[in-house]
Parts: sequence; structure tokens; C-alpha cells
Amino acid sequence: MAFKEPVEKYNNAVTEVEISGLKVGGQSVLTGVYTFDGPVPNAPKIAMEVLDSRPEEWPQTLIDALGDVYDDPVKWALKCQNEYKADMICLSLVSTDPNGMNKSASEAAAVAKAVLDAINIPLIVYGSLNSEKDGEVIKAVGEACHGKVMLVGPADDENYRTIGGSALGYKHKVAANSPIDVNLAKQLNILLGNLGVPMDSIVIDPTTGGLGYGIEYTFSVMQRIRLAALAQGDDKLKSPFINLIGKEAWKAREAKISEQEEPTFGDLATRGILWEAITAINLLVSGSDIMVLRHPEAVRLVRAFLNEFK
Amino acid sequence: MGLTGIQIYKLLPQTNCKECGEPTCLAFAMKLAAGKADINLCPYVSEEAKSKLSEATAPPIREFSIGAGDSAVKVGGETVMFRHEKTFFNPTPVAVLVKDTEADAELDAKLNKIKGICFERVGKKLCVDMIAVKNDSGDKAKFLAVLDKVAATGKPMLIASENVDTLKEAAEKFKAVRPLLYAATSSNVDAVAEIAKANNVPVVARGSNLNELTDVTAKLSAAGVKDIAIDTGARTIKDALKDNVFVRRASVKQKVKEVGYPTIVMANEITNDPMLEAVIASALISQYAGIVVLSEADPAKILPITVSRMNVFTDPQRPMVVEQGIYPINNPDENSPVIITVNFALTYFIVSAEIEASRVPCWLMIMDTEGLSVLTAWSAGKFVADAMAAYVKKTDITQKVKHKKIIIPGYVAQLSGEFQEELGEGWEVQIGPREAGDLPKYLKMWK
Ligand code: B12
Ligand code: SF4
Repeated sequence: MAFKEPVEKYNNAVTEVEISGLKVGGQSVLTGVYTFDGPVPNAPKIAMEVLDSRPEEWPQTLIDALGDVYDDPVKWALKCQNEYKADMICLSLVSTDPNGMNKSASEAAAVAKAVLDAINIPLIVYGSLNSEKDGEVIKAVGEACHGKVMLVGPADDENYRTIGGSALGYKHKVAANSPIDVNLAKQLNILLGNLGVPMDSIVIDPTTGGLGYGIEYTFSVMQRIRLAALAQGDDKLKSPFINLIGKEAWKAREAKISEQEEPTFGDLATRGILWEAITAINLLVSGSDIMVLRHPEAVRLVRAFLNEFK
Repeated sequence: MGLTGIQIYKLLPQTNCKECGEPTCLAFAMKLAAGKADINLCPYVSEEAKSKLSEATAPPIREFSIGAGDSAVKVGGETVMFRHEKTFFNPTPVAVLVKDTEADAELDAKLNKIKGICFERVGKKLCVDMIAVKNDSGDKAKFLAVLDKVAATGKPMLIASENVDTLKEAAEKFKAVRPLLYAATSSNVDAVAEIAKANNVPVVARGSNLNELTDVTAKLSAAGVKDIAIDTGARTIKDALKDNVFVRRASVKQKVKEVGYPTIVMANEITNDPMLEAVIASALISQYAGIVVLSEADPAKILPITVSRMNVFTDPQRPMVVEQGIYPINNPDENSPVIITVNFALTYFIVSAEIEASRVPCWLMIMDTEGLSVLTAWSAGKFVADAMAAYVKKTDITQKVKHKKIIIPGYVAQLSGEFQEELGEGWEVQIGPREAGDLPKYLKMWK
């Protein structure tokens, strides 16, 4: 019997967003790996995360993997670019957290500028996930890094005016973060749109749950947003997705606890890497366009998977 | 699939005798159509009508079991493309491959390892579900001897041989434990169909592509074999993903009967890189694989693979909750610490496991937050000072302990002041660590 291939085509496309020469989105298929349904003009991208200060809660296996880079974000970013061939760098300005080191916006902006000037791949700059402070920080970063297009965020329903306004002014793209909810994601895109931020400048950060810690909610909300965009043609939900995968995956107890403490869990190094890679792969098949990862080996695995779909 | 109430009504006796508990046959038909009644409640319905109905209500992907007894696994039975449409039903069994060419000691070690891999998570067991045995030696006696050993583990088996005669003998010998036979192909389908039927065991149909495969399943089906799994022959990541997506679409959306079966994915044959194999297995479990086969039994890989599977197969319409109440852990007494958290099952299991591990006797107060996690419940206004205080006061915790100290999760440190105020005179609200993993250390120093 001839099997008729049930290819699914849509009349709508994910909005293409260009960040300093690198494009994401543009596809009319549910995920960047459904190349059998139709063309994927821009394959999903792997960004590697760089912190602006020495990581405090990272497990040793992750710290060891990157080696001696932690006292210098520029060195760290260059290693990710040159050695691990990251498509992008995501600089997390964690030291600006008011409940932590509380570094000033201008200090953070200087670090962002240094990293931006050193690398030749596009830069994503995230705050410390403190809504109010992130507004201030991203504004300073925008000003310092004027001239080269970056993706900045996360903008949420409280700070979107500051972050959206700054991005608009300095011609940066915005990552819009809402807590795992189709309507809230749409609402935030509408608010940004009302400010004047065009749709081709927005990437949705739908909030990422790690493997074993809520990933299924993110998985499904991304599929629902993508279906709304492609099948129903909802213009406010056509944005590509960014997922902070490394950050969530490495929080999990299973990615951190030693084999001595949990003898049945097996080798910790293997487990941690797979915790991150499998979190990533689930979000890739549900539509991720930018996956922010930490461990070079997880990067290698996700890359190997992606390369099959060229 | 899916008959309307009226269509079902036409199949019923239409005597309105009420024995089914409904006032009329039509009312009963409506309930059947909505999936809210069982056809067997009507004593007068004809066998013919019954079989028509069960055919009409059967899931678009055949559901059947492999193995026997407690360890049997159910496969197939899926009805949707996306979990948010309803849910995925039968978690993809994970099988590990053993070959009959492995040396005795090696084989025993591997089987022991497989048996030992079992994790408990959120009250559920995550284990290696099946063992796939391959007749690489080509030697029948050797293969049967290895199968004996594998059968002794009690795990459901996949029995793979290129030799039909060997398959036949293995099926006869082990039919009581319902192994899955591998494989019927275009060149042996008649003989293998005969074996599967005679021994009432499920069988894998394999084709080098989907066209060839549908011929094999059509022949099996015509021969009366119903319990079929399909191997589309794909051995690259891209083809395997494509075939799994296409098979699910064709069966669920277009009701193509020839592919209405669970797929089997040979992750072990897609790559030689064991790390990548784990990633591929997880990707395909989330993308419609019915069964996956892995090359090794490594707990560090099986754990993330099975947790990923558990997440994707969680019913999105049913929050996983535990009952509200005070849970004694490690035999607490009147001086033991009191801890409060939410009734999201995941949170409960993580927190209670850490308390148990600490060996510190504790009272764990679980508050009904409709299954939301700590921060989610806090944002939703359910795990907030006044509601928490009202709950604490309603319980008899003050009769269980002499002190008035209560530990809250570190993530909601901000509500401590208000919570203390709401609780009133004498209470002391203590802020615990953020991550449950730090609880043992905290509890050991608790005052
Ligand atoms: C999955 C998820 C959801 C799911 C719900 C899952 C559930 N059952 O709760 C859905 C999609 C429904 C959801 C909805 C919402 N969510 Co939500 N969600 C998440 C997500 C991704 C994971 C939550 C989770 O499952 N954690 C795992 C459990 C085990 O964690 P936990 O309960 O906190 O337990 C840990 C610790 O607290 C500790 N612990 C627990 N108890 C105790 C007790 C003691 C004494 C101690 C010491 C420790 C301890 O142990 C555990 C492990 O270490 C997080 C973000 C993230 N990545 O974490 C956002 C998040 C929690 N959600 C958030 C929000 C705002 C919401 C909404 C209000 C959004 C909205 N406006 O609609 C809604 C509210 C729901 C409602 N009904 O109204 C915010 C909360 C913001 C904040 N800082 O307060 C978060 C942080 C996302 C964000 N950054 O914006 N969410
Ligand atoms: S028992 Fe059967 S015949 Fe009697 S009312 Fe119910 S459906 Fe009709």
C-alpha cells in the first residue's frame, strides 16, 4: 500500500527576528526540527550562558567542564564562541540582583559592553530576573551597547515599559517573559506593541520548567502558542521562543547530587549533562528557537541532534 | 471513531426496560456516546452490536500488553497529537538490549544491572520496563538458553531472531509471558503471522519504509493478528522523528488502519554514541514512540529518560495532589519542628524525602493549594499569610506540639511577618532554606 505522507503546512509563519546578522524564526512548521513538513529557513540556535560573576550554586561537574574562565566573563564568552562554537552568547547579569551582590547598573553595563566588543557572534543580555532592577540594568546596558543589535530582557508585565522603551530607543530586540500562559504571553506582546516595539523585535520567553520540575507545562504552552500562531494566525503569538534551559536544568537535585549520596542514581557527570540535554531536546521538539545552555557536552549533544535536520 | 448517540441508539434493543439504570435506551445511548457508561450494563444488547460499538470506540492506535503479571506493560492506546488536547496514556516502555553472543558472566552482570534500575519518584516507580533479546549468534539452542535467563528476571521480553523457526520455538516456549516477537517482514509475514496467532503473542511488523510496512501490517491483520507494533525501518534521527510524527498523524487524524499501532524505536541502532542515544530516546518518547530500545543499562541515563517520559505522560487535566493534613515523619513528638508547605504532589514528595533523609522527626503540614507549587500558589494568592494562618488554626497542631514555631519555605520568606501577625500571640515563624535539598542541614541545627 502506498502510504500517503501526512505533511502539515500552515499559511502563517513564525516571525523572523534578526539579531546582528543572525536570524531566528521564519518557519511555517511547528518546530525547527519538522523539516519534513516544510522549509526551516533558520535552524534553532544554541546560545551558551555566561555569568557576570563566579557561579555560586553550580555543581562541581559543571564548574569543571568550562575550566578556568570564571573570573572573566570576556574570557568565558570567547571560550564558548571559539571552542564550543556557540551560535550566540547569553550574558546573565546575576550580580545585579538586589538580594545578592547588588552591583550597579553601570557596572553591569560595562561588563556587557566588554563582552559585546570581544565576541563576533550575537549577544543576548539578561538581568538577574528581578523585575524592577532588570529595568534599570537593561536600560544602562542598552545605552552602553548602542550600535550593535542585541537581544535584551527579560521584559515582564511590570518592567516592559522601561525595557521595551530602551530596546526601542537603542534598536535592540526584546525577550518578553510571561509565566507559562498563552494569554499572558499574548498580553505582553500587545503591551510591547502598544509601546511601538514591532513584532519582528520580540522573542517570547515562555518561562522554562526544568526536567522533573515543571517542564511539561512549558512543553505544552509552547505547543499551544505555536498552534495559535500557525493554525489560527494569531499575529501577537508568532514570535520565536527563547528558553533558559541550563539555568533550570542545573537547579534539579538529580543534576547535582553525588553518587555517594544517591548510589542508585549512577554517575553524576553523565546524569547532569543529560539532565540539561534532555530538558533542551524536549523544548526543541515543542518549538524552541534559542536554547540557552551551560555545559559544553550538552551543547555537543543538542548540536549533534540538530545537525541531522540540516 | 466515535459514534453519535443516535447511531448507538439504533444498535440497542429499544425496549426501554430500564435495567441499565437509565430511563430509556436513548438516554443510555447518549451516555455511551459520551463515554460515561459501559455497554455491558445492558443485558440485552446483541454481540454484533457490542463488537460494532467496541470497534467504533477503540482508540486509533491499538492498545495491548506485553509480558505477564505485575510487570506487564501496556502500549499504544493513544488518541491525540498533543498532550494538552487530553493526555497521553501509556508511558513508552524503555527496553534494554541483550545479545545471545554476550559471555555468560557479562550477560548475568547486565541482567542484574537491569533488574536493579528502579527509582521512585512522586510515588511512582521508574524502571527498565523490558528486555530485548537478539539472536545474533544465529544459534537456536544458545538463544533459548539466554531467553530462559532473561525470562527469570520477570521483565517483559522482546524476542528478536531472523530465523522463523527459532522465533516459533521461542514463542511456543514463552507464550505464557506474552513476549513481543521481532519481526514480521514482507518475506516472512505469513509464517510469523501463524506463530503470533497460534501462541497469542504480539508481534512487531518491520518494513524498510512506510509503504512496505503497511503491506506487512495489512497481511498480519488479514491473518487475524491484532496486537502489532511497528518498526518503520528508520535508522537516522531525522527519519525516526519523521516516521513517528507521520504515523501518529495518519492514525489519529486520518484513521489509517494500517499504521494504527504503537511504534518501536531502535535508539540503539540510530547512533553509537551512548549519550546521544539517551537524548534521541527522550526526544522520540516525547514525539510519539510506542516502545524504545536502548543499548545499555546505565542508571545515569535511565533516570533522566524516564523522568522525561513521566513528565510528558502526566495528565494535564489532573493536578497531582496529596491530601491536606499533618504528616508525621520520623516519629515526631511534642518537641519536634513543624514545617508547612503546599499540596502539589511533586513538592510534597521532594520535601518529605528530604525530611526522611535527615532522620529528624518532624510534623509536615500540607495545605491544600489546589496542587500548585510554592511560588505558583503564592502568586495565585493561595499560599499566603491569611490563608495559611486560617489553616494552621483549624488544625490540632497545638495539641501535637508544645512549642509555637513553624518553618516556611525560603522562597516565600517575604510573607513571614504577616504570617506571624495573623497567627497571633506566641507564634514564631521561621524561614527555612529555599531548596529542599538544604533542609536536612537546617533541621539538624534547628532550635
Ligand atoms: C510549572 C509552573 C506553573 C504551572 C503550575 C505548576 C504547579 N503545579 O504549581 C502553571 C503553568 C499552571 C503555572 C501557573 C502560574 N504561575 Co507558575 N511556574 C511554574 C514553574 C515553571 C515551576 C514550578 C514548579 O513546579 N516547581 C517545582 C516545585 C517542586 O517547587 P516548589 O513547590 O517551590 O518546591 C521547592 C522549594 O520551594 C522547596 N520547598 C517546598 N516546600 C518547602 C518547605 C520548606 C519548609 C522548605 C525549607 C523548602 C520547601 O522544595 C522544592 C524543591 O527544592 C515556575 C518557574 C520555575 N522555573 O521554577 C513558575 C512560577 C512559580 N509561576 C509563577 C507565576 C506568576 C504563575 C501564575 C500566577 C501566572 C498567572 N498570572 O497566571 C500562575 C498561577 C496559577 C493559578 N492557578 O493561578 C512565577 C511566580 C513568581 C514569583 N516569584 O512569585 C514563577 C516563579 C515563574 C516566573 N518566574 O514568573 N505555573
Ligand atoms: S437495559 Fe438495554 S434495553 Fe433496557 S433500557 Fe437500557 S439500553 Fe434499553
